Order: sequence, then C-alpha cells, then structure tokens
Amino acid sequence: MNMSDDDLSTSKDSNKHKVKKINSHLISRFIAGLLPNFTRFCAFVVAILLLFILIVLFIEAWDAIRINGWSFITSSTWDPVKGIYGALPAIFGTLLTSFLALLIAVPASFGAAIFLSEIAPSKVKNIASFIIEMIAAIPSVIIGLWGIRVLVPFMADFIQPWLSKILGFLPFFSGQPTGYGFLTSSVILAIMIIPIITSMSREVLRSVPNSQREAMLALGATKWETISRVVLPYGNSGLVGAIILGLGRALGETMAVAMVIGNSPNITFDLFSGGMTIATKIASEFGESGGQSRETLIELALVLFVIALLVNVIARLLVWRATKVKTEKG
Amino acid sequence: MMFRFKLFLRKLVNLFMLSLCVLGALIAISVVCIMLGYIVVNGVAFLNLDLITNTSVSAGEQGGGMRNEIIGTIILVMLGSILAVPIGILAGVFLSEFGSPRINSAVRFTADILAGVPSIVVGVFVYSIIVRPMHSFSALAASAALAIVMLPVVARTTEESMRLVPDSLREAALALGITRWRAVVSVAIPGALTGIAAGVMLGVARIAGETAPLLYTALGNNYGFEGLTKPIGAMPMQIYRYAISPDANWQNQAWAGAFMLVMMVLFISLGVRWISSKRKTETNN
Repeated sequence: MNMSDDDLSTSKDSNKHKVKKINSHLISRFIAGLLPNFTRFCAFVVAILLLFILIVLFIEAWDAIRINGWSFITSSTWDPVKGIYGALPAIFGTLLTSFLALLIAVPASFGAAIFLSEIAPSKVKNIASFIIEMIAAIPSVIIGLWGIRVLVPFMADFIQPWLSKILGFLPFFSGQPTGYGFLTSSVILAIMIIPIITSMSREVLRSVPNSQREAMLALGATKWETISRVVLPYGNSGLVGAIILGLGRALGETMAVAMVIGNSPNITFDLFSGGMTIATKIASEFGESGGQSRETLIELALVLFVIALLVNVIARLLVWRATKVKTEKG
Repeated sequence: MMFRFKLFLRKLVNLFMLSLCVLGALIAISVVCIMLGYIVVNGVAFLNLDLITNTSVSAGEQGGGMRNEIIGTIILVMLGSILAVPIGILAGVFLSEFGSPRINSAVRFTADILAGVPSIVVGVFVYSIIVRPMHSFSALAASAALAIVMLPVVARTTEESMRLVPDSLREAALALGITRWRAVVSVAIPGALTGIAAGVMLGVARIAGETAPLLYTALGNNYGFEGLTKPIGAMPMQIYRYAISPDANWQNQAWAGAFMLVMMVLFISLGVRWISSKRKTETNN
C-alpha cells in the first residue's frame, strides 16, 4: 500500500522524468478503471454462487427427480435393488428434530436475550453474551463428540428412564431408553441454536427505542409488564425472524446430529427411537452410493438446499426489517 | 386493600418472570461451561507429543497420533483461504466503496443466505463440479468447499470494517487531488486492515473445524499428504471417525484433537473480539 508517488520524485533528466510521469499516469488510469470493475466481479461471484449451486444440484438430480417422482416424498422404502427411493423418514426426522429443538431452545434463548438486553448490568452483559456466543464457534463435530460420549450415556442412564417413569403413558416417552435417537438429537440441536436465537433476538430487543420503555415505566408498570406489553410486541417480527434463523441452522446441521441420531429409517413419534435427517442420510450414505441412489441423494441435497434457502430468506427479511426501524428513527 | 393485593400480585409476577429469564441465561451459560469443561479435562488428560509427531494407528493398537491430519488441516485451511480471501476482501471493498445501494443490499443479502447454506450441501455441490469430473477425491476439491464456506464471512466482515473508516478520511484524501482508487487503496483499506485481518481469522476459525463439506471431497488419507489432486486427511474428519468408534485409544485421541481444535478456534475468536472492540472505541473517539 505504501507506494511512493512517482510524480513527486525528483529526477535530473527531465525527459526521463516526463516519460515516467506519463507511464504512472497511464497506470493510474488503468487501475482506476480496473479496480471498481474487478471488485464488482468479486461481489458478483459471491452473489451468483447461490444460483450456481442451485443449478448444478438441479442438473445432477434431474434424472432422479424424473424417475422417482412423488414417491420420493411419500414412500418410506429405500431399496436400491428394487429401485425404490423414498426419503420420507429423512424428511420426517428433519422436521421432528428441528421442531423439538425449537421447542427447547426458544424459551431459553428468549429468556437469555431478555436478560442480556433488559436486566443485566453492562459488565455482566458483555461476559455473559461472550460465553453464550462461544458455543457458536465450537465446530459441530466436537459438539457431536461431546454428544456421543457424554450426553448419550447421560440421557440413557438418567433423563430417559426418568421421563418414561413420569410421562411414560404418553406415546412420546414409551420406548427403550438407549440414549440415541430423536430426543438426544433435538437436545444437541437446541444447544447449537441457542446462541444464534439469543444473539439475534438481543439485537432486535436492543433496537426497541428507549422512549417506549420509559413511557411504560412512567405509567407505573413493572419491569416485566414493560417487557411483555411493549418491548416484545415492538420486536415481534424480528423475534420470529430470529426463531426462523435458528430453524434454518437446525435443518441443515449434519455432523453433531449424525453422531447421536442412530441412523435408522423410522417414522415414529417415540422420541427415544433412532431416526435420520436429510443431512445425516446424505452424510452417511453418499460414499457407498452409486448410480440412481447417488442421484437421489443429490436430489435430497437439493431439497435441503431449497428448504434452507427459503427459511433463511424469510428470516433475514424479518430480522432486517425489525432492526432497520431503529436506524431510520435514529 | 384490594389495590395493595393487586400490586403485590403484579410484583410477584414480575419477580417470577424475570427470574425465569435469568434462568434461561443461566442454562445457556452453564451448557457452554459444561461442554468446554469436558473438552478441556478430557483433552488435556490425553494430550501428548505423540499426537503431533506420530501417524495414526489402527483400532486396537496403542499410541499413534494425528500428524498427517494436522498437516492436512493446515494445508486445506491455507488453500481455502487463498481461494476465498482475495475474492472475499475485494467483494467487501466493492460493497463499501463502489456499489450502489440497490446492488449492495442484493449482494449483502445473498452473502448472508450463502452463510446459511448447510455445509453438507456445499460438499455435495463441490463433489458434483470437481470430484466427479476429476474422477478423484482431492485436496483441491476440499479446499474449494471450504472456500465457499469462508467466502461470505470474509466479505461481510471486510465490508463492515471498511465502513468503520470515517468518510472524512476519504474526503481529505480526495481533496488533496488523489484519484478515487488511490484513496481506496492507500487510505480506506489500510484504515480497515486490522478489521479485515480479524475477518480473515474468523473465516479460518470457521473452516478449520468444518467436517461435513470434507466427507466426500477430501475423503481422508492414511498415508499423509500426497499432492493436491489426491485425497487428504483432516483433523475434524479424524475426530469424527475416532469419536464414533468403540476403540478407547481412538476415543482418547478424539478428545485430545478436539481440545487442540477448540483452543485454536476460541483463541482466534477471543483475539478477534478484542481487536474489534479496540477498533470500535478508537473510531468512536
């Protein structure tokens, strides 16, 4: 960056100097034209990549899409010998684990976000939010390692027997407590999306103008009344966006879930039973597959991509709108 | 009397709900602490020099290490960075210096969406466009997959840190008669350099632990590094393989490897946080 300016260099030979000056002028004009265009090209690469992924996956999966037809999402048989490829168990598992993960993560995250933005003194705030966000930095394979070596035995020995003892009359908790399966996967997913939902919804709460809070407090409302009747409704759509963003992460999470879900094609609401998700099915079977089964797995990847795309677009739009309000109002 | 009771009730509800919120925060924090505690305790217990100097052994044997995988991860992260950093930084420069508001928000939006694409999908994509045409799993394909994961991180952090450079500096440079590109290259970029570096480090931390995009691009290789067009091993993949095996020696090595990875990642994110908080106070003054 530290280029010495040629124009200022003193040269005894004035003729030589002139040539040099023209050169540097030309170079300068050349770069002036090049730089914006080159950077624009790079920005274009970032933007076009999404479309490129979509097109490539679509082309690769096209044969499978045509041959499998609707049985791809309605059938639960996956039989390469007979050529039947039904991905229903994977789709079911993805939806079930993501939903359960949200059920666990949303109350905890909203509590944490309210704590961070409304209650905590600023010193506690910084440390607490740093610790919570730290988990987002831990690679998912390591969370999976913790899951399979610590959480799975813990679930099998304590949580699942306890649940089946108290709530065993419900179909959800009546299975064999093995530790692996839908419930453990959902807990792992919940742990992974808590920091995302927390930090996003904290941003949303932070963008609620202080005048709103002060007005409510001046009317004699308690802190909770202020939060529940003014702060949360004000950030409404942004909070929904934060949840959906968490959902997007949960849908596509691969390694950590693959290690604890048990990888079996079950469609059941027995939460102790093993299952699979779209991502874990791809991760565990792509290597051994070939021909149509590989194309079907690419079709599955395409389905996951499109779902993640939709979920993320909706979430970003909601969060973007909610936090934009503040910058406009100052 | 009635009023007093109602007030008492409201205060009770207030206290109850606020403590629930505190409980939520406590749960989130304690989960992180428990997990890190396990990683540190188990990781340190099995940490030894063999882990870095020895190659892997088969299940059932004692000893062995992750030398090949550590080297593999370093190679993959470096190659991925070489691919992603220039494009990412230039895209960020465009967003902050040259773009029009409409194009900018479109690019920014797609970058955010790209960051949310499941990494296994990126793996399948790279398999389709690189591994299959080349008929081989390769370090090249794996680093391309990592680059796609890294790209949005670098682009967005570069843009954000260049926006922190005050416009007055650019205007001062332009007022001195400097050309536009020169103002960008000599004033705006140097001003944002620490922030850009922080963004690159953040991207490195992100891809160093990625596993899913490597499964069917890098595949793994027990014989160490054999060239860019050959399969290559990486630490996260080895941790995965070891973690799900019943072999005790392998499991111990998985914890030790996880400890090393986590320490590196946390070190980077702590450093980045420190740098960016320092920069923010500087620019505010």
